[in-house]
Amino acid sequence: MRWLLIKDLQILRRSPLLVALLVVYPVLIALMIGFALSSPPGKPTVALYDAVPTGKGSISIGNQHINISHYADQLFASINAIRVNSKAEAIAKVKNGQAQAALVIPADIVSQINSLITQGVGSPTVQLILNTRDPLERQFAEQAINARAAQVQQAVSKQVLGVAVADLQKVLNGGTLQFLGQSVPLLGLRNTRAIVQGTITSLPANSPLRTALGQVVAFSNLAIGGFNFASPVLQKIGSPLTIQQVQLAGKTTPTASYAAAIAVIVSLMFVGVLLAAGLLALERSENAYSRLVRGLVTPTSLLSEKIVISAAGAAAVTLLMSAFVSLFVHLDWARFPLWVAALGLGGLAFGALGVAIGGLAREVSVASLMAFVLTLPIAFVALVPGDAVSGTLRSILNAVAFVFPFRAALQAASNAFSGAAPGIGWPLVHLAVLALVFGALARLTLRRFA
Amino acid sequence: MAVRDLSRRFGTRTALDRLSFELFAGEVVAIIGPNGAGKTTLLSILAGVLQPSAGEVSRPTGRRFGWVPQEPALYSKLSVAENLRLFARLEKLSDPEGAVTAMLAQTDLTDRADEEVGRLSGGNQQRVNIGIGLLSEPPVLLLDEPSASLDPRQRERLWEFIGGLAVRGTTIVFSTHNVAEAERFAGRVLVLGDGELLFTGTPAELERTVHTPDTDPGDFETAFVRFLHDRGH
Repeated sequence: MRWLLIKDLQILRRSPLLVALLVVYPVLIALMIGFALSSPPGKPTVALYDAVPTGKGSISIGNQHINISHYADQLFASINAIRVNSKAEAIAKVKNGQAQAALVIPADIVSQINSLITQGVGSPTVQLILNTRDPLERQFAEQAINARAAQVQQAVSKQVLGVAVADLQKVLNGGTLQFLGQSVPLLGLRNTRAIVQGTITSLPANSPLRTALGQVVAFSNLAIGGFNFASPVLQKIGSPLTIQQVQLAGKTTPTASYAAAIAVIVSLMFVGVLLAAGLLALERSENAYSRLVRGLVTPTSLLSEKIVISAAGAAAVTLLMSAFVSLFVHLDWARFPLWVAALGLGGLAFGALGVAIGGLAREVSVASLMAFVLTLPIAFVALVPGDAVSGTLRSILNAVAFVFPFRAALQAASNAFSGAAPGIGWPLVHLAVLALVFGALARLTLRRFA
Repeated sequence: MAVRDLSRRFGTRTALDRLSFELFAGEVVAIIGPNGAGKTTLLSILAGVLQPSAGEVSRPTGRRFGWVPQEPALYSKLSVAENLRLFARLEKLSDPEGAVTAMLAQTDLTDRADEEVGRLSGGNQQRVNIGIGLLSEPPVLLLDEPSASLDPRQRERLWEFIGGLAVRGTTIVFSTHNVAEAERFAGRVLVLGDGELLFTGTPAELERTVHTPDTDPGDFETAFVRFLHDRGH
């Protein structure tokens, strides 16, 4: 096997273009994937026409002022806003592609909100104008604005409810109310009840007022009970759900480390599979296979040599890549031996898959094409989140991901890089088994060579 | 070497049907026959590349035959010397470097030892191809259509080289479509048709089988065609 290894290394050394393609291309793709996955989403550019006059952006509820403009400004956290001076200008920005969407806030938005809050009448409306040429761009802008608008609505609702709850407390317990710039004392239900009860006890036993005042006390009791119940309920409506996060087992992979693991395993897969498939097909296209297996080398030894050289090449490339990525993303160097184990066994599994593919092809070009065409869906299937699809399809995707090395290699690498759960033991065993299974399949495909 | 009742089937198709013959030291044997007769299959079984479905091939113990496939089985990115060195090491020769040097001299390629095989002419590639088959100094050299891709001058040099091997005691077995080559260089011909061994003997004996007082085939090729026709091929 040693002489075959040396021979293949000599051939690779004299094929710089092939080596460059095998190494540089997947590394570039992998780095782009990693960068895309670890980068935060960009902000859509939105033309904003705010017709609300300056200084007219607040409403008063009871003794509190709510600045609507303050909440509108929160939208800018999610968008790159281009302020324009008219609705027509906003639409023009969308049409000529300078903005992906336009947001038009009418001049009477504050009075509309005021009317809704104080009288329950009306439906405050802002207008979102979307570019329909590119569906993905349209969805991106729509989601960014809707998500932020929902947060703004919730914040405004919470503040309005806060005012309402405070006013209820005053109706219940008494206090002062600001009205037309004047402080107006408010007696409150509890005080009213106490006064009425005091009045009842001072009345003669047979006074006809006792019955009437008793009805007032009964109403007060009912109202106090109702307000006691309503107040905390109203407070909760502002934020009805509190989400408490519980991590079930171990620590989870940081997003950046996971993205790095994906980038590294995509490279491992491309280099391992393409190299193994190409080197095995080369024996056929150079007509050397029949000469080798007539007693000089056993088919199993030949396959093992191809798997080992492709695994070593893929692991070396991806270890270098991991070291480079660790300059930008935290990868745990203390776990370096596990990096080697994950990428080494992953390389063996991908190499075995590569020789199984290479055994089916007569030409290097066909083997490379087959390897490329097969590996892309394997990665795609393994990266589909389990909950993104329905039951039957999820089972099928899980089964497909299980019989190919990508998912196991990704689990092993993400654990090696960060110590994330689940552990690395099972993925490594899984990879070793897959290497043996694909090696056995490759041995069967070699019968075609004979 | 003796071949006894050798058969080979591919699925339901019989490529070779109960062939029996012997080979003797230093003789040059040509395997001829129409396309699909089984020539390459027979050579592949003799070389050990294919296993027979039935029958046996008895070889001198401990010796592997030299094998020269029809298409040069070489690594085009390696030099002439590197190709020879690789196979010398895989053959586990006691002195691989010595064998390479000797083979470069024997094939007259010493001055091109460091040239990549992919840049050599077809004739020189075939010489390297044969050189690899001869590295272990086999008692029998099997060649499948050795002159198929060569021009007349290269063919002449090839047969000169092979003739020299036979003189030194190597048994040569080659397949060819060129029956004139078989007549000229082979001491004995094996004629195959549809996997059956139709004739074994010298070219002159084959001519005599179709020669009658009324019909003179004129040349060996005409005699060969008539021979096949007479036997329904």
